[in-house]
Amino acid sequence: MIQIGSAQLWVHDQDEALEFWTKNVGMEIRSDVTVPELGNFRWLTVGAPGQPDVAITLMAIPGPPVMDEQTAKEVRALMAKGFAGTIFLVTDDCRASYEELRRRGVEFAEAPEERPYGIDCAFRDPSGNNIRLTEPREITGA
Amino acid sequence: MVFVSRDRDLLRARDLADGRYFEPLGVDDLARAAGFSRAHFSREFRRAFGESPHTYLLTRRLERAAALLRNTDRSVARICFDVGLQSVGSFTTSFTRTYGVSPTAYRASFPRAADYAQIPTCLLRANGRPRNRTFREDARPSHP
Repeated sequence: MIQIGSAQLWVHDQDEALEFWTKNVGMEIRSDVTVPELGNFRWLTVGAPGQPDVAITLMAIPGPPVMDEQTAKEVRALMAKGFAGTIFLVTDDCRASYEELRRRGVEFAEAPEERPYGIDCAFRDPSGNNIRLTEPREITGA
Repeated sequence: MVFVSRDRDLLRARDLADGRYFEPLGVDDLARAAGFSRAHFSREFRRAFGESPHTYLLTRRLERAAALLRNTDRSVARICFDVGLQSVGSFTTSFTRTYGVSPTAYRASFPRAADYAQIPTCLLRANGRPRNRTFREDARPSHP
């Protein structure tokens, strides 16, 4: 049986990303480990309270020898343009989550709107990643 | 039914403790979220869930702190603030009373967080691979 463990999001600064994903979005720290023998590689994951088995890995864009300078530059550019990653989040109340996150300073690209599949809105993390927040429509009846 | 809706409000307060424990929340905030007066809230919470809201919030924070001690290399003081507690002294006292060992001893009873962390092999290999070094080609201007 295959399940989802974590999915990776490139971030331009792990401290800033952690601050945003915890304080602003309301996720919790799952793992934060820096390994000196791996050139201070930092394994940093966050997850939603109450959903212990799925996490987002906040990954710094590495330098050489993991990634050459040119490639790193390209990833940074793609990220700044919003094309380096997307996360689709769900909520039980999109409008309430929207208001709450806005109060906490989250920058929204789209306000909540009715869609065929529910209500959703979209915001960006400090790196420029696109985050969509959906309240799925309940499918009831036969 | 009145009782059902009241318990729903109590659950909302408990959800707040579970979801936002890392903020400086207190029992007053939980009571407000449930729409109860403070004294009435504590009594009703205990009736519904079998323990006081203060105990619930504290043990949630201690549970989260224990996970951070196992899964991160953050300092004990940092973890205390990470779970929404304000005083390192009372954190250490509560933790020791609950788990039977101090936060530091608790952490020491587990493998090092770096060994415990489930860092995928591809990342270990990518980040552990050394940069190529040569003796002759490295610039060493001071060498004759």
